[in-house]
This record gives sequence, structure tokens and C-alpha cells, in this order.
Amino acid sequence: MKKIIFLICLLGALRGQAQERGTVLIKGGTVLTVTKGTLENTDVLIKDGKISQIAKGIAAPAGVRVIDATGLFVMPGIIDAHSHIALDAINEGTNAITPEVHVADAINPFEVDIYRALAGGCTISHAMHGSANSIGGQCQTIKHRYGVFDGEQLIMQGAARTIKFALGENPTGHGRRDGVQPQTRMGVEFVIRQAFSEGKEYMEAWDKYNKAKLAKGFRGAPPAYSLRLETLADILKGNIIIHCHSYRADEINMLMNVCRDFGIKRLVFQHTNEGFKVAPELAKFGAMASVFADWWAYKLEVYYSTAYNAAILAKNGVVTSINSDSPDLIRHLYHEAGKTQKYGNLSDDEALAMITINAAKQLGIENRVGSLEVGKDGDVAIFKGHPLSVYGIPHVTLVDGIVRFERDKDPADMRLMVDPKETIDIPTIHKATTHNHENCMQNMEWLLNVKMFGLNR
Amino acid sequence: MKKILYVLTVLLTTTVAAQSPKAKSGVFALTNATLETVANGTIANGTLIINKGKIEALGTNVAVPAGAQVIDCKGLRVYPGMIDGGTGIGLLEIGQIPQATDQRETGDIIPQMKALTAINPNSVVIPVTRVSGVTTVITRPEGGLLPGQAALVNMHGYTPDQMFAGFEGVVLNFPNTGKRGFFDRRTEDEIKRDSEKALKQLNDVWEKTIQYHKLDSASQGKGVSYYPELQALLPVARGEKTLMIEANAAKDIQAALKWVAERKIKKVILTGAAEGWRVASEIAKANLPVVTGPVIAIPTRDYDRYDQAYANAGALRKAGVKVALRTLQTENARNLPYHAGYAAAFGLGKEEALKAVTLAPAEIFGVAKTLGSLEVGKHATLFVCDGDPFETKTQVKHVFIEGWQIPMTSRQTELYDEFLNREPGVSKN
Repeated sequence: MKKIIFLICLLGALRGQAQERGTVLIKGGTVLTVTKGTLENTDVLIKDGKISQIAKGIAAPAGVRVIDATGLFVMPGIIDAHSHIALDAINEGTNAITPEVHVADAINPFEVDIYRALAGGCTISHAMHGSANSIGGQCQTIKHRYGVFDGEQLIMQGAARTIKFALGENPTGHGRRDGVQPQTRMGVEFVIRQAFSEGKEYMEAWDKYNKAKLAKGFRGAPPAYSLRLETLADILKGNIIIHCHSYRADEINMLMNVCRDFGIKRLVFQHTNEGFKVAPELAKFGAMASVFADWWAYKLEVYYSTAYNAAILAKNGVVTSINSDSPDLIRHLYHEAGKTQKYGNLSDDEALAMITINAAKQLGIENRVGSLEVGKDGDVAIFKGHPLSVYGIPHVTLVDGIVRFERDKDPADMRLMVDPKETIDIPTIHKATTHNHENCMQNMEWLLNVKMFGLNR
Repeated sequence: MKKILYVLTVLLTTTVAAQSPKAKSGVFALTNATLETVANGTIANGTLIINKGKIEALGTNVAVPAGAQVIDCKGLRVYPGMIDGGTGIGLLEIGQIPQATDQRETGDIIPQMKALTAINPNSVVIPVTRVSGVTTVITRPEGGLLPGQAALVNMHGYTPDQMFAGFEGVVLNFPNTGKRGFFDRRTEDEIKRDSEKALKQLNDVWEKTIQYHKLDSASQGKGVSYYPELQALLPVARGEKTLMIEANAAKDIQAALKWVAERKIKKVILTGAAEGWRVASEIAKANLPVVTGPVIAIPTRDYDRYDQAYANAGALRKAGVKVALRTLQTENARNLPYHAGYAAAFGLGKEEALKAVTLAPAEIFGVAKTLGSLEVGKHATLFVCDGDPFETKTQVKHVFIEGWQIPMTSRQTELYDEFLNREPGVSKN
């Protein structure tokens, strides 16, 4: 136990403080910028957490650590547009409409999943609310600054605001459990339209009040404050990007129609298994899609899927990313992106964009991260072997210029906190011949068919 | 008459075109190929002849028989079909829909349940799997202590019998002292109680099996009454049928090894072995082959190294254990080559990883006479691809299963063809 406490203190000391920014020179690697081609034998200098120079033969400033990347591949830190790691709670689910809740209130910096994501070169994830209800909670883009003890410090300051919506089987199943709307895809459209309409009324009432109160001698009370309605109003104003859990083509089309009617333009579909069927409509709307590389068949609404989804979407002009929705997949998104080369022959840059710049666009952070360019954040993954090769292995991962993962140096046990009640001799055996379900139904297991989990013994 | 013939021909052609393409049989010559035999190294610029479902000849000096369909494999490689050592293919169609799943019969001790009987040869998953070069899979029942018998099946055939690839094994889920996943909310005490109860059940049924075996032997099969559970276990007790013991936690693996040794059970495969690396030398000493996977998985414990699951197969092999891989998947058993690739990258090495999805499982399941390598006389169950089969860039070009040339389409490729350039697009005019 003393050892553990010591380890915690040591880690704390080593890993340092909030939003720490590092200076480091990555020397002589093959630099995969993603947006500006591949540069052989090139150096990347990160100064105070930002990329300050990309060139050949940069001299190391005094006292700066030099990482020898000779024979290695240097790529932008991988971005996962759909994840639930580092969260203590995922589904509010007490109502069909809960935009007032925010996952930022439930960040858990101690989850070892964060470290494991770093070990897969992933530096940023979109910590999402779950899909139990039609309009869920607000999500938080986090940086994997594993080692900090305060959840606040994982938050990527300045990232766009995002919110989770959900269509199809999950919200309708939730409605059936509670005996409320929605229980059908008709009901899903209605509850969303109703919420937007109420948000619009609220927005107009406040606009009217704010305007009126400027007049001299104004007397009157402000409208009743509601965080729920205010958040909806913020969506209508374009201040929040919708990230909508969806599978079927019809429901994807439906939400585009609803958004069009309310003047909402910032729309990203999540999962989007049947996005390929309405790719021209998505492209026309300017909606983006974040998809699985190859998950399908775990439920009816993903039975008519194809692993060529990402390629069809991309070739039709839809900004597409590959996401994980899983503490396992988040560790090998580079491999998931590689599957777009089997299913659709995407180029290396197109495939890498799926886990970097495209995901950044969907999260509204493309000016900060998602490619290796001067001025962007020093979020970098260094691979031995090409990241799109099955034999490619991440060796060093940096966030804001700080090394957060180093394969050759890190000890096996990277926990930050040890639960004294944890029985260390009980392993968790993940055993199922199918994906259990999307992880966005966490906290909602009882809603699903328990037979799948083998609890019917 | 000519006209009628013409109309008939057109009609027939149209009808055929509207259906899914069929597999074709015949004599095939794969020429100019790199033959990755697995058993006998690599043959550059070789020819492989497929006739009557078998590999008739292979080598650099092989004549192409008259009338053979020649497939020029210049720049391509030929591999034996990949074998997935554990899936739910054919039993599990849509995970969350009970009506679309036949993997879990009720009851703790039901070794008489046969996966083979319920495998749906028309599952949409089958073409999806085989076009990736995974030609043969174990389909296993899930559930209680003895949930039934797994079967090795080829990914082609219109009845389970046509699909059957020559191996059935009785599955034993060895009493488990681990958690089953994040959803498992049992306390430590509850887990202990459950596993102790299961062990008692197992010992009881095995004792009965031995008594049944003695009665049956003494009476030449006449003195025993109908007892389906024990009849199913009888061949295991007699060493005629394989017991596939699923154990994953290190402690459970050790307990399983002890249990097997004490009972001197002859034919045993250890499956799962997620924590096999912790007790690798003990498994090697017990001389049990292992079917392990999924390789691409998270570690079983928070304090384990992040890549422990990737490295497990390599650690087992290094200790001298015979290792085959499985995805433990259904709809994505097509990812078997990637599980092999990860195992290769994290310690198993490419050559051993290839063996672990071809010859090793064929040997472990006792079907190496027909499957697992490119050798004269073996079934022509193989695939042709344009690169390293474990790489995601590689495309599988041809698949043969028992000499049948498999159409390289699945519902997933059909959707691609239909929707890549959808017509009509956004405008219907």
C-alpha cells in the first residue's frame, strides 16, 4: 500500500499540473501531416504545447528533449468523435428531453481507459452522453491528459459545445419502458419538433424581454428561466453542434428535415450505419457522419449495414470519421481506419483523415488539432510501422507537447488510483460472440435483452 | 423454334441474373501464383490444380489439365482457408432479437444440444465471412456449464451436413471465478458461491458419466436407459470425443488443468485462456492445445499492461503451447486475419500467426488430413489475395471451399454496388 501511495505521488509529480504544455523536438520521422502530404525525414518542433516548426534539420533548443523518430511515423494525435471513457455517468434518461444535463459534471480522470486510448495514439475523445433518450445531455470534448487528478483538467478548453440526440430503437425502447412518448420513430420526430418549438418560444420570449427592457421606464418581469429551454435555444442559434445517434436512413433523413425547418445547420450523425443510403442528401445538407468501421448485426436497425459505409459517404462528399464508442476500439482507431482501404480502397490520407481532421471538423476543433500544421496543438502519435498497417504500433503519444504514453518506458500498471475495496484477483472476462450492444446504452443494461449477457444461467 | 429458344434463353438468363450468384465446381488451375503452403514453405511462381474438390497437384512444374479453368494469379498469393476457432455463425443472426438467436438453450447441463442442427446455412453472415478468406469456423453454443456441442463448419453449403467440416466437441464452461463484463454486478461472495455450486454440479455429472460408462460397457449398451446428457458425455469419458473447456481467469485455467489431469480425460482443448500468459508453462506442461481469442481485446484487469490481450497468443506459443486463434465473434469473424495480425505484431510473429489460423486449428480439431495447408490430397479450401492477408489494404480475390469457387459477393458488397453512385441521387428527375 505504501508503494502504491508512493507511486501515486510520483506520478503526480511526474505528470505535473493542469494544462501543462511541453516543449519537445521530434526528429527525423516520416511525418504524416494528413492535410499537407507526407514529409520524409522531417522534424516537428513543439514549443509550449503548440507546433512551432515542421522542417528538416531543426536544431534542438537548449535543454529540450529530443525524441528520435528515425524510421518511425509521426502523425497527428488520433481523435475519437464518439466515446464514453472517462465518464462516471452516461445516461440521464429520466425524460425524453434532457439537454440541461452535461457530462462535464461526471468526468472521471482516473479511468485507465484514458491511458489505454493514449497507447493507441488517441489524444482526444468526444465524451458523449448516452442514447437512451431523444435529446440527451451535452457532451464534452476531452484531451487525454492522463495523470491529472482533477476531471476539469481533461476538458479541452475552447472546444465547440456539442449535444447528444438519439433516434430509433434506443429512445423508443426507453419510451416503452416508461409508457411515454416516444415509442415509435413517429414519436421521436414529434418529441424533437416539440422540444425545438418550445425552445423557439422561449428564445423569442427572452429576445422580446431583452429588447423591451432597454426602453426607458420598462416595467415587467423576465420569462421564467429554464436551463432545458435555454440549451434548446442555443441549438437553434447555432451555438451547439448536434451529434445524433442514428442508424436507419429514414430517421437520418427525418432529422435533416426537422433541422432544416428550424434553421439548424450544425448536424453530425453518429453511428449512421445506413448513412450510405442517403449519402447524397447528407452531402447536400452539409451534415457530417461518424461511423463504425464494420460493426453491424447486433440489433435489427444495423442488420442492413455495410462496411463500405465510410467509403460511400466519403466518395459522396460527406465529411466522415471512424469512431470507437468503445474502450477497446478507441485503442486501435488507426486499424479501424485501415479497414476503409479494404472496404472502398481509400487512400492513406483519406483513411487517416477519418480519425484526425474529419473528426476534428465534427467537433468544431479543426483549427486547433487534427493535422500536423504549424500553430496547431502539439498532439502527436509516433508509430513504429505505418499506422494503417496491422503491424503498426504506437510508441509515444504526446498531448500539448507532454509525453503521456511511452511504450518502452511506462510500467505495466498505470492506474492512478487503487480502490482499496477492489479484489484484485477477480478479472473481468469479456466474453460474447457478438458486440454486446453499443456502449452508449451503459447504465441502461436492464433495458436490453438480458439473455445476451448470459445472466440467465 | 429459334425464336422460342432465344426467348427461353433470355428468360433463363434474366432469372439467373436476378438471384444471388452460385458457387461453381470444376477443374481449376491457379497459375503463376505464390503458394503459401504453410506446411512446406512458400512456392514462388507455382501452379495449383483443383479437381473433384481437392488439391490435385501443386508446384512449379505442374501441367494444366485440358479443360481446366485457368485463373492467372500473377502477383497474387494463395493461402489455405482461415479457420476461426470460435464463433456464433449460423446460430446468431441479430444479437438483440431473441427470435434471431439460437445460441443459448435453457439448462445448465445439456451437452446433447448440437450447434450443427441449428446452423442456418443461409445466414447473411456466411457470405460476409467467406469473402474475407475465413472459410471454416467453429460455431459454439453458449450458456451454462455444459451448453452443448460446437461444430466445425465450412462457409458454404445448403444444409448443415454439407457445411460440416468433420469435428464436433462438447463445450464445458469451466466454473468461472471472474466477472463476465461491466454488467456483472455480482459481489465477490456471490461469484464464489456460483462457481463452487457449478463445480459441484460438474463433478456430480462427471461421476454419473463414469458410472454410466461402466454400466454401458458391462452390458454392451443394453443395460442402460435413455439418458441424453450422459449419452452425450459418454464418448468424452471414453476418449473418443473432444471436450472443449472454456476457462479464462488464471485460477480457473489452473483448476481446469487439475480437473482434467485428475480424471485423465484424453481429448481436451482449452479455449479462451485470456489469462493464459499468467500460467503458460503450466498449460504447456499439461500438453493441452489452446484456442485463444479475441486477440483484439482489452486486458482482463485494470493493472495489466495495455497490450496484454494482444500479447497473450505469443506468450503461450513461446511457452510451447500449441495455439489456434478465434475471434469469438459472429458478424465480424471476417476480422480473424486482423486478430492474427495483432497477435503477430505483439509477439507471435507472422509465420506462427498464419499457422494459428490455418494448420494449428486443423490439427487441434483433428481435421488436418483435409484442411489447414496447401498439400496434395487436401480439400481445396483456400483463398487468393493480393498481399499479406493480415493487412487491411489487402484484397481477397478468389475463395474456394472444397473445390467450389465461391462468388465474391455478400450483402455488404451488393449494398456498396447499389449505393456508391445511387440512382436517383438527390433529385428524382
